[in-house]
Amino acid sequence: MLDRINKAQKLINSACEALGRRIDIMEVCGTHTVSIFRNGIRSILPESLKLLSGPGCPVCVTDQGYIDTVLNLADRNDCIIATYGDMIRVPGKDHSLETKQAKANVKVVLSSEDALQLAKDNPEHTVVFVAVGFETTAPATAVVVREAAAESIDNFCVLSGHKLVVPAMRALLSGKNDNIDAFLCPGHVSVIIGYGAFAEIVEDFNRPCVVAGFEAVQIVDGLAEICRQLSTGKAELTSVYSAVVSEKGNIAAQQIVDECFEPVDGYWRGLGKIERSTLRLNDKYGQFDAFKRFDISETPSEERKDCRCGEVLCGLIDPPVCGLFGQTCTPQEPVGPCMVSSEGACAAWFKYGREKIHKR
Amino acid sequence: MCLAIPARIVELEGDRAVVDAMGNCWKAKTTLLPEAKLGDLVLIHAGFALSLVDEEEAKKTWQLIAEISEFDDTPNKVSG
Repeated sequence: MLDRINKAQKLINSACEALGRRIDIMEVCGTHTVSIFRNGIRSILPESLKLLSGPGCPVCVTDQGYIDTVLNLADRNDCIIATYGDMIRVPGKDHSLETKQAKANVKVVLSSEDALQLAKDNPEHTVVFVAVGFETTAPATAVVVREAAAESIDNFCVLSGHKLVVPAMRALLSGKNDNIDAFLCPGHVSVIIGYGAFAEIVEDFNRPCVVAGFEAVQIVDGLAEICRQLSTGKAELTSVYSAVVSEKGNIAAQQIVDECFEPVDGYWRGLGKIERSTLRLNDKYGQFDAFKRFDISETPSEERKDCRCGEVLCGLIDPPVCGLFGQTCTPQEPVGPCMVSSEGACAAWFKYGREKIHKR
Repeated sequence: MCLAIPARIVELEGDRAVVDAMGNCWKAKTTLLPEAKLGDLVLIHAGFALSLVDEEEAKKTWQLIAEISEFDDTPNKVSG
């Protein structure tokens, strides 16, 4: 394994030297972010190669307006909020779901099936499933929506905040941060959408896209492949995670998502409104759409001006540049979502990166 | 972000399965992976099997999960 890392490191070094300029590579996956820190991968890279943590953590990219909507629904006595554990600590205007949890109408679920079961067990309440997550998570939501329809579980509905990775990558390159030289693409999102889904980024923007696994060797291999492509000047679509990811992905999962959802314009923290980037239940399953059921219009709500999560997510600043980082914003008392999620860039920098910062 | 956990299908009835990862067992469904069979190693995310995975790859991911956080906490962290 060490040999393989050494070989990849040599390739990276010589490619970066030949290029003679700063290289920005963005990972769009929170698990990559954590693994990069955990394994100290930055320490073996040349100074000219900068790794950016992009919009790869669903909790982090979820717009404040969506979070405030969830909190408002949690105030209703006729609703039960079913949410994945990740969302529970994200602060809204005055509180988080965690503070509401004491009211007992906020339940943490491990799967979408658990959320549907809550609805079956509590027929006098409307169960709102807080459905966040990228393409990896959306199929699980689609399955239970179809089940709810088949079994007429009318007190179940979904507040879909499911997001699509590729439109976000396009939005970054189209304006927010076109300095990104290449993407290390998410492994388990690719299990669903297939590595072929990133072809449009390579073709339309001429940026290398390399799908990698989560182990140190796999990440370093992915970075080496990106550097090789950059040095030859030819962007390609590659997967170094072929044991798990195919070109076409999980067709059954894609079909069920297409059956239940349609892509609509959606708001992202830091990136603003992105065309066709959010999944909303389509007309066929409209009766399970919480936005329709409660007549909620999705509008962006103002983020705290002093919280710089948005810039972090676009790869424009490293977390320690934010004035709140490590001072008023810590994993124990997070201000922004990138510090809330254990896979957020700020939380990873806080946990693993501080020593390095102090040494500078 | 969307870390899926490798686990072995130890019970299977229709699309309802019980899966085992490093001695932790929980319920999951194979609706999205109809070809999954009893004894297969699969990647599980949010209660659903998403793909088949080989033994070597599964071991790597288990090791990573054990390193990143206490394994017991991991299934709670579905999406972030």
